Amino acid sequence: MSFDIFGHLATGFGVALTPINVLYALVGVLVGTLIGVLPGIGPVATIAMLLPTTYGLQPVSALIMLAGIYYGAQYGGSTTSILINMPGETSSAVTCLDGHKMALKGQAGAALAIAALGSFFAGCVSTVFVAAFSPPLSELALKFGPAEYCSLMVLGLIGAVVLAHGSLLKAIGMIVLGLLLGIVGTDVNSGMARFAFGVPELTDGLGVVSVAMGLFGFAEIIGNLELAGKREVVTARVKGLWLTKKQFRQAAPAVARGTALGSVLGLLPGGGAMLASFASYAVEKKVAKDPSRFGKGAIEGVAGPESANNAGAQTSFIPLLTLGIPENAVMALMVGAMTIHNIQPGPQVMSSNPQLFWGLVASMWIGNLMLVVLNLPMIGMWIKLLQVPYRLLYPAILLFCSIGVFTINNAHFDVSQTAVFGLLGIVFAKLECEPAPLLLGFVLGPMMEENLRRALLLSRGDPTVFLTRPISLAMLLAAACLLFLIVLPNLRKKREEVFEESET
Amino acid sequence: MPFIRAPKDFCAGLIFVAFGIAAIALGSEYPLGTAARMGPGYFPRILGILLIVLGGGLSLRALRLPGAALPGWKWRPVLVVLLSVVVFGLLLTRLGLALSTVGLIFAASAASREFRPKEALVSGVLLAALAVGVFVFGLKLVIPIWPGSG
Repeated sequence: MSFDIFGHLATGFGVALTPINVLYALVGVLVGTLIGVLPGIGPVATIAMLLPTTYGLQPVSALIMLAGIYYGAQYGGSTTSILINMPGETSSAVTCLDGHKMALKGQAGAALAIAALGSFFAGCVSTVFVAAFSPPLSELALKFGPAEYCSLMVLGLIGAVVLAHGSLLKAIGMIVLGLLLGIVGTDVNSGMARFAFGVPELTDGLGVVSVAMGLFGFAEIIGNLELAGKREVVTARVKGLWLTKKQFRQAAPAVARGTALGSVLGLLPGGGAMLASFASYAVEKKVAKDPSRFGKGAIEGVAGPESANNAGAQTSFIPLLTLGIPENAVMALMVGAMTIHNIQPGPQVMSSNPQLFWGLVASMWIGNLMLVVLNLPMIGMWIKLLQVPYRLLYPAILLFCSIGVFTINNAHFDVSQTAVFGLLGIVFAKLECEPAPLLLGFVLGPMMEENLRRALLLSRGDPTVFLTRPISLAMLLAAACLLFLIVLPNLRKKREEVFEESET
Repeated sequence: MPFIRAPKDFCAGLIFVAFGIAAIALGSEYPLGTAARMGPGYFPRILGILLIVLGGGLSLRALRLPGAALPGWKWRPVLVVLLSVVVFGLLLTRLGLALSTVGLIFAASAASREFRPKEALVSGVLLAALAVGVFVFGLKLVIPIWPGSG
C-alpha cells in the first residue's frame, strides 16, 4: 500500500465536488430517503424504481446519484424501522428490535440521532477502507484469466447463498434460475436469439429493472396488501434529536465495533449491509454487561447495527469495482446501471476510468455527510410521510414504478414484463424462495457463460483447467468448504439462531 | 401421514424442474457445440440439467422431511394490482399521462380492503397533476399528456 490513497482521493474529490455532481449526490440522497422511508420499500426496490431516471446522465453522475440513492434508501429504511415497526428490508429489521422500543419509550429522537451519527462515522471510515483496499485487489484481479473468473463467480454465488437464510437447496435453485433468465436474448458469440419466442423486445434480453422491480417492488406491495394489521406511527414523541452524555458513552464503542465489523463483512460474497447488521447485533448482545436490556430499547442495539450496515453497504462496492462481481442484490443493480452506460465493471475500471472510480469513492463520503446534514433537520417531513395511510401510498408507488419502467424504452412491453416478474415474485415469496440470489444469478449469467466458454476454449475442452490453475482451485475449494460448513449440523443451528433471534 | 410432507418445498422443486425442462426443450434447436467450442445451446443445457436435479431433489426431500404447508392465496390484490399496471402501460401513449394516471390510481386502490372510491379519485387527480409536472415538465420525458397530444 502506498500514500497514493491521498492522491487518488484528491482526484476523486475533484470529480465529486463539481457542482453538478454534488447536486446529483444531493438529489440521490434526498429521493432515496424519500422512497426508502415508505414502508415496505427497501433499497433494491428503491434503486430499481429510480434507475431509469439516471439513464440520461453522464456515467459518473449517474453512479454518484445511484450511490446517494442507496445510502438514502438505507437511512430512510432505518427511520421507518424506528418510528413504525415495519422494516422495508432485512438490514433494518434489526434496527426495529431496539429502535422501535426506544421510540415507544419516548427516545425516538435519540435513536434517530445515533443512527445518523453512527452511519456517518462508519461512512467516513469505510470510505478510506475502500480507497486503501481497492487498488491492490484490482491489481490481483487483472491477473485473472477466464478460468479464475468462472471459479470466482461460483465462489461468489455460493457465498451469497450460504450467508442468506432459508433453505440452501432453494437458494441454489434460485441462482441457477437467475443464470438461465440472464442468458435470454441474443447470444453474443453466435448471434442467435435464445428463448426470445420471436418477440423482438426479448432479443435484447430481460431488463434488469423489470426483474428487480417485479420481484422486489411489486411483490412486496402485494404482500403488504394481504397483511391486515395497523401501523402505529410513533410521532408525538419525537423531540430533541440529540443524545444525552450517558447515551453517547454507551453508544460510542458500539459504533466503533459496528464499523469495524461491517467494513470487513461487507467484503464477503453475499455480505454487505444485511449480514453486517445481523452480526453486529449479535456481537453487541454478547459484549453487553446486561444482555437482558436488548430488545427493550438498548441504544447499542441501534448504534452497532446501523453503523455496521452503512460500513457494509460501502465496502460491498469493493468486490464490484475491483473484481466486477456483485455480491448482493443492490450491487447486481449497480452492474445493470454500469452496463447501461457501457462500463464493464471489473479491475480495468480503475485504470481506464480513474475519474469515475475515484469520483464514486469520494462521493460515498459526501453522500454520508449529506445524510446527516439533511436528515436530522428534515425528520419532521419524513414523519408526515409516514402518517399517510398505506391505502393512499401504494397506488402512488405503483404509479412511479410504472412510469419509471415505461420510460426505459418508452414502451409498454417493459411494464408488462415487470408485472410478470411481480407475479413470479409473489409465487416465490409464498414458497419462501428468496429473490436476491436470482437477481445475482441474473446479472452474472452472461458473464459466467462468456468466461466458461473462453476458459474451455483455451484448455481445448478440458474441464480440469478449473482444478489445475492454483487460484481457480483455491476458489473452488473455498466454495466447497462453505457448502460443507453449512451442511454441518452444528453451524447450521447457529446460523438459524442468529437469523431467528433477529426476526422475533 | 400425508404423502407430501413439505408442500412449500415440493412446489418450489416442481417450479425449478419445470423451468429446467422448458430450458432443455426450448433450447433443443440451439447448436450444442463441443466443450472446446461451446454453441449457444451448451450453457442453457447445463443450467437446465442443474435445475432438474436441484428441483427434483427438493421435491423428493419434501416427501420425506416435514415442512411448512402452502400459505393462503388472495387473488384480489394480485390480480387488481398487476392488471391495473399492465393496462396502464398499454394505454399510456393512447390516453395520455393524465387520464392513465387517474385510471391506474383508482383501479389499483381497489386492491385494498380499505378502498374508498371518492378518496381514490381525488388522489388520482392530484397524482396526475404531480406526475405531469415531474415527468413531462420536470424531467422532459416524451409522454403525451392528453389523448392525441403525442
